[in-house]
Amino acid sequence: MVADFEPKIVAFCCYYCAYSAADLAGSLRLQYPSNIRLVEMPCSGKIDVRVILEAFEGGADGVYVAGCLEGDCHFLKGNIRARKRIGYVKKLLDEIGIGGERVEMFNLSAAMGPRFAEIAAEMTERIRRLGPSPLNKAYKKEPASSTAG
Amino acid sequence: MIIAEGKPIAEVAELIKDAKKVLMVGCGGCVTVCLAGGEKETGILASALRMLRQQQDNPLETVEVTLTRQCDPEYVEMLDKYVTDDIDCIVSLACGVGVQFLAERYPKWVVPALNTKFAGGTVKHGQWEERCGLCGECILYRTGGICPIIRCSKSILNGPCGGSQNGKCEVSPETDCAWQLIYDRMQALGKLDMLLEIQPVKDWSKARDGGPRRVVREDVMIS
Repeated sequence: MVADFEPKIVAFCCYYCAYSAADLAGSLRLQYPSNIRLVEMPCSGKIDVRVILEAFEGGADGVYVAGCLEGDCHFLKGNIRARKRIGYVKKLLDEIGIGGERVEMFNLSAAMGPRFAEIAAEMTERIRRLGPSPLNKAYKKEPASSTAG
Repeated sequence: MIIAEGKPIAEVAELIKDAKKVLMVGCGGCVTVCLAGGEKETGILASALRMLRQQQDNPLETVEVTLTRQCDPEYVEMLDKYVTDDIDCIVSLACGVGVQFLAERYPKWVVPALNTKFAGGTVKHGQWEERCGLCGECILYRTGGICPIIRCSKSILNGPCGGSQNGKCEVSPETDCAWQLIYDRMQALGKLDMLLEIQPVKDWSKARDGGPRRVVREDVMIS
């Protein structure tokens, strides 16, 4: 494992829940890892496989999509469709050697600020354990500095 | 429409392993509708192949173009400006027809990224089913609009056979017996008597036989 590895994680957040939950987490002064880059979406169902792949190609170590609780989607089924697409991307990432566990789907409501912080920590921890993505140029494979520090 | 399905990414990667720069050509026809080889799928495959090769320290450059149709020379020729000398290989995300049209036009290595499956339609979003056997002589008018050639496992013309059980075919409990469907439909239409007529052996010379089939319309030919 790479020492001092700080994962870069892209979180695609639904405007109606996760994005508001992030706002709430901020208002509550909750601490969560700064590894998360938030992208606001009109609905988690707007997520496209190509966008997730673009994030990985750009060097992201992990990606997650956060949508409303199942049954609560503002557009009825957006979050259910997002979950299916995440399943598809997981298989695809496994196929190309990046690993499906680097992408995940979460569900939460706008009132769940603490859960938002928890998800951010949970995902950061998971990616830290997995190590840098093979495509993360900042951590090109086999760094020589294992004796340092 | 022609229904196709993407080959596994590893298989396509193996086919283009010696190429540094590939032209990935999607098709805006049938394979766009069956979500196998349209603009979106071309983008996904290109991205996946690039990421795979990047991990092997053998970066792949991709150029992505989606033609209106790959089975028509007037659209294929729009690809001319993209087929430059530095393109090592062309990956076609069309059915087998598109792959061949590209290979006929360009002196390049052309590989298929899809497996062409059958002529069918959408039964529900994300599910496609075979409906036509392309036999060359349609007999749907005799069978209530249900094709025994492709939907009956034996393609029999005077069914059902003894393998029809409770409306299902003996080859699989998920497959409807086409002849049960035909019988039910003809009964509903009040045309059961038509089924009493014994059908002679089908003339298969109009189906896949003697090389590629051809349809000619002299009246619409320009030259």
